[in-house]
Amino acid sequence: MRKLIALAFAALAATTVVAQKPLSLRTPDGKPDLQGIWSNSTITPLERPQNVTSLVLSEAEAARMERATLERRERLNEPSDPDRPAPPKGGDGSTGAAGNVGGYNNFWLDPGDRVAVVDGQRRSSLIIDPPNGRIPALTDEARARQGARLKLMAGRGQYDHPEFRPLAERCLLSFGPTTPLVPNYFYNNNLQIVQTPDHVMILMEMVHDARIVRLNATTHLPRHMRPWMGDSIGRWEGDTLVVDTTNFPPQQNFRGSSENLHVVERFRRVDAKTINYRFTVDDPSTFTAPFSGEIPFRAMDELIYEYACHEGNYALSNVLSGARNEEKRLGTKQEKQ
Amino acid sequence: MRDFAVAFFTAIVVGAGFWAATPVDTQTARPARVAGKPNLNGVWQALNTANYDILSHPAKAALAFRPGPVVPVPAAPVVAFGAVGAVPAGIGIVEGDEIPYLPEAKKKQLENQANWLDRDPEIKCYLPGVPRANYMPFPFQILHSDKAIFFAYEYAGAVRNVYLKDPGPAPVDSWMGQSVGTWEGDTLVITVTGFNDQSWFDRAGNHHSDQLKVVERYTPQGPDHLWYEATIEDPQTFSKPWKIRMPLYRHINPNARLNQFKCVEFVEELMYGKFRKTQGPQ
Repeated sequence: MRKLIALAFAALAATTVVAQKPLSLRTPDGKPDLQGIWSNSTITPLERPQNVTSLVLSEAEAARMERATLERRERLNEPSDPDRPAPPKGGDGSTGAAGNVGGYNNFWLDPGDRVAVVDGQRRSSLIIDPPNGRIPALTDEARARQGARLKLMAGRGQYDHPEFRPLAERCLLSFGPTTPLVPNYFYNNNLQIVQTPDHVMILMEMVHDARIVRLNATTHLPRHMRPWMGDSIGRWEGDTLVVDTTNFPPQQNFRGSSENLHVVERFRRVDAKTINYRFTVDDPSTFTAPFSGEIPFRAMDELIYEYACHEGNYALSNVLSGARNEEKRLGTKQEKQ
Repeated sequence: MRDFAVAFFTAIVVGAGFWAATPVDTQTARPARVAGKPNLNGVWQALNTANYDILSHPAKAALAFRPGPVVPVPAAPVVAFGAVGAVPAGIGIVEGDEIPYLPEAKKKQLENQANWLDRDPEIKCYLPGVPRANYMPFPFQILHSDKAIFFAYEYAGAVRNVYLKDPGPAPVDSWMGQSVGTWEGDTLVITVTGFNDQSWFDRAGNHHSDQLKVVERYTPQGPDHLWYEATIEDPQTFSKPWKIRMPLYRHINPNARLNQFKCVEFVEELMYGKFRKTQGPQ
């Protein structure tokens, strides 16, 4: 098994070498130029579906996935029937922001329409290690943590306090993970990179979050300082920008991770239109093994706009006050501390 | 005397030890210019009290008052802050120390000031707008490269990407507006338009409409200082354009960095506490 992993890596490394062309896109100080506006949206899922065995898709398989996405989108974009009845009381049973009594329809969503292509390979999953393309099993500690949280938020409990609501609903962070830069398969997978000799700034359009990576730094923040998105320090290894991030707040979890989350990201500009982004997630108190993935960032010729989320956040007060009204209706009272 | 000398010596040794033990980011030598223009990279901050009031103002006990038996006293919601809630005096940043409000707009400013607790967008951690972002009591970092000029503010994580090529009128109004930058010699001139009417200039209720246009001028005065001027134009609010000006100082600590002040989380109790399942003490 170990040999197999080594072989798989050797194969990946070989493709990397073949695909790397001499790079003319450089900053005045000779570093690869990562600057610009990028999208990491894709239809390749983070984890490989159980029924798919290979990391690499054939051209026909990839074309089929992209066609199916397009057809689905066209179907959803058809004008609504003006004579349709109102949704049933309590919603139609579907889940997520677009479901229930009707939230965002397809017009508002932008989850990507292409299979991820890395070093010429069409990928079935973003995760490349472990070789099955899936996030390793959770540790007992992580399962216990998750269980406790589910219990706390069971049923209507999730509407008890603002702190129980998802970070995106609280306008604290984007719908998707921001470190690592994994797509959210929903919308707004746009980011901007600005690069100086001492810093690399990565702006997530949602929620105007600038992660400023300190280059030439050797130490992270003191342990008790845990900014959203973590504390990032970076260095150049040849033509690859390597960013090391720790000091995550415990509330910002990536697939169940803890405050011990450690993310290493590698940015490699491979051509005029592409950055190859590779991430490794390690958190021994959550995952039984580290895991890594690769995502192509595509250059966009569009601008990024202000995502002023909190300033217009009617959702959070309505969600919470709605729950209180429902309790009043059912005869339960707001408890005093 | 001897004790004093020992204490002094100890302080020096301990101090030196502190500096030796404190990790300092090693920065590459700071070049004077970036792509032929003055290097604006760095963590900058204004050093004044303009965020309280952009006009000259004396020190006072609080930002919100109620009528007292003798003189107005701090209003109930802020009285617990004591000296921490008091306002330091300051000389104004407005040229001529006067804002040429139209009569209705002046009335609104006075109302805003009287209802500061309910109305100041800073209290709810809303985006600060321009120029207020530049003189809030927080640093901001300019990232300046051959391709981009980007402002990252510590307060509320506000950002401005300064377009170096004019993309045309802003397609939609925003809190921070749309910034377009050009160089006039060594002065960076940023024209900011496309504002909504929600942000304020300070905690004194000074306001504007969505017709606001701000033309900023950043002129280096040596590697660690910028002279900042902004011309404010808004025919719906002011009878004529007016100007503010102040120096901006660069943080020269080698360890200088932008920290995070994501206050959205800090105002959840203020904004949503009343909707909790379990109510805290009121």
